[in-house]
Amino acid sequence: MNDMIEIRWHGRGGQGAKTASQLLADAAFMAGKYVQSFPEYGPERSGAPITAYNRISAERCSVHSNIYEPDYVAVVDETLLESVDVCSGIKEGGAVIINSSKSPEELRPQLRGYTGRVCTIDAREISLRNLGAYFPNTPMLAAVVAVSECVEREQFLADMEGSYRHKFAKKPQVVEGNLKCLREAMSEVQG
Amino acid sequence: MSIRERLSGNEAIATAMRQVNPDVFAMFPITPSTEIPQYYAQYVADGRVDTEFITVESEHSSLSACLGAEAAGARAVTATSSAGLSYMNEVLYVAGSLRLPVVMAVACRALTGPININHDYSDSMAERDSGFIQIYAENNQEAYDNFLQAHRIAEHPDVRLPLMVCEDGFITSHAIENIELEEDDAVKAFVGEYHPEHYLLKKENPLAVGPYGVSGYYMEARVAQAQAMKNAKAVILDVAADFEKTFGRKYGFFEAYKMEDAEVAMLIMGSCAGTARAAVDELRSKGVKAGVIKLRVFRPFPGEELAAVLSHCKAVAVMDKSEGFSACGGPLFAETAGALFNSKERPLMIDVVFGLGGRDFTVTAAKSVFDRLVWIAENGVVDELYTHMGQRE
Amino acid sequence: MKKAAEINEQIPWQEMTVGCEIYEPGTSELTKTGEWRSRKPVWDKDKCKQCVLCAPFCPDASIPVKDGRRADFDYDHCKGCGICIKACPFDAIKWEDEE
Repeated sequence: MNDMIEIRWHGRGGQGAKTASQLLADAAFMAGKYVQSFPEYGPERSGAPITAYNRISAERCSVHSNIYEPDYVAVVDETLLESVDVCSGIKEGGAVIINSSKSPEELRPQLRGYTGRVCTIDAREISLRNLGAYFPNTPMLAAVVAVSECVEREQFLADMEGSYRHKFAKKPQVVEGNLKCLREAMSEVQG
Repeated sequence: MSIRERLSGNEAIATAMRQVNPDVFAMFPITPSTEIPQYYAQYVADGRVDTEFITVESEHSSLSACLGAEAAGARAVTATSSAGLSYMNEVLYVAGSLRLPVVMAVACRALTGPININHDYSDSMAERDSGFIQIYAENNQEAYDNFLQAHRIAEHPDVRLPLMVCEDGFITSHAIENIELEEDDAVKAFVGEYHPEHYLLKKENPLAVGPYGVSGYYMEARVAQAQAMKNAKAVILDVAADFEKTFGRKYGFFEAYKMEDAEVAMLIMGSCAGTARAAVDELRSKGVKAGVIKLRVFRPFPGEELAAVLSHCKAVAVMDKSEGFSACGGPLFAETAGALFNSKERPLMIDVVFGLGGRDFTVTAAKSVFDRLVWIAENGVVDELYTHMGQRE
Repeated sequence: MKKAAEINEQIPWQEMTVGCEIYEPGTSELTKTGEWRSRKPVWDKDKCKQCVLCAPFCPDASIPVKDGRRADFDYDHCKGCGICIKACPFDAIKWEDEE
């Protein structure tokens, strides 16, 4: 099980961190992996900090606890850095991926002494540029795939295109925007 | 051919229900089981099933509607959790005593209070004496597979008892994992159609259901019901054997992991079993002879079989994910200890109440239990019989 | 198929029907509820005008009616409730103690 990648998502209720973890599971599933995607549920309050998790591996993972020592952490909302110790337990060689217009160096002082790799992605800008609205999940998903390499890039893009063409069969015009979000996020992720 | 998919436990159960295509689904929503009728409503709307989907005003009514449907000769299902299951309490006993094989999915969740939506077995354990067969799942795959086997067990003429297919609330119900689904036709062929011998709508043969039973009859009726629960053991194994032959996945009363030479062992249920197995793997690599038994069937309780597999151990921890407030241990411990009482050889045993209201259970926590067991085995004495784990001290 | 007449307080549990189901209609006839009676209504044929008001009031269908005329009580099933005595406008039904 050494090949297993564990990812923790931090977001706010309603922002789609749970959905993002499901999308990542979908992408890994399509790439032939075994996946787990599960949220940590509290009271369903819009805006409250929530956590979701992924395990991705070549064999079925039978552990069903939360993830305390993740390989990667994805932060969908940078305002969480004030209230949540998002970098808690990140393994050596891992990374935190934060949705922010700031650079990794600008954010590091807010990370409570975390010394590992910090990546940032301006999911808002990429989403607005390509979709005309703020859907942070799509760029975040691509940034996590790019940083974690939990799925091979080209396969990821091909699988996602197939998935979008199926999902948006009645709105093919949005497929290209979503694909551009993915590609640009993969190249624009910093750190 | 199995179909490779990824689904939550709730969608897996809803898929099994769709493939069974029961005559009646009576629903009332409650977290975390709500998605099951939610998915099913979509199947109904899409015309994928021809089930009579009844939205009722409470869980007491949903199970009552299922009983009416079953008595009329229909195959009926429902789903619930927590307080919803408690609210069915009266009707659960009616289902058992009327011997109506309703199949119900339970996404197990804590009971109030404090108010909590997360997982433990407070709800299903509170109904352990209701006359329902109870089968528990470790993950989405087992929840699906157990549901496919449920009707054949419940409806078997030697059994005719209602059945709960239990999954862990949120941990299984809302977690997406890989799953092997079976083809619709293969499932339909395996489950078969329901043709009860007697039913209310059989007009050439009028039937009275649920008569008053004075003292002159009640005892006999209860003994017959108890015998049906004993009969369920053989039927559960027969159906599991046919399931393995048909779909290739093996099931029994429980799954024994590295138990052949285990000196210390843990008896556990549901999603935590995999976490415990991971702990066993680590301990085995350090030379500790540890093993895990994952209990699948709690009703009927496989006491003799558990005693046979546990008797050679030196120390056993029974992991209770519900607090029975007996002041001397949880329900799983009481029954397991009872099952071993007449064994010539038996291990020292402790009860660990854990995971209440969604408190997480980790590999580290499992290892700490095994550490205790090793100490108990070495010293030949139980440090403390009944403890809680995971709470702040 | 088990007949209702074969179900009684002498049979062992193995011979009970599943869930105590009963597979015939009209089995209440088999239970002689007349044994519960402490007083019995007695019909005075001479006073009776055959208005038949008593019959529909009887909760146990123990006043047989044929061709619009009542016959004597079905004492196997009459529980002795006395409603017929109240219903009779002609004082043609009277209480008698059971022996």
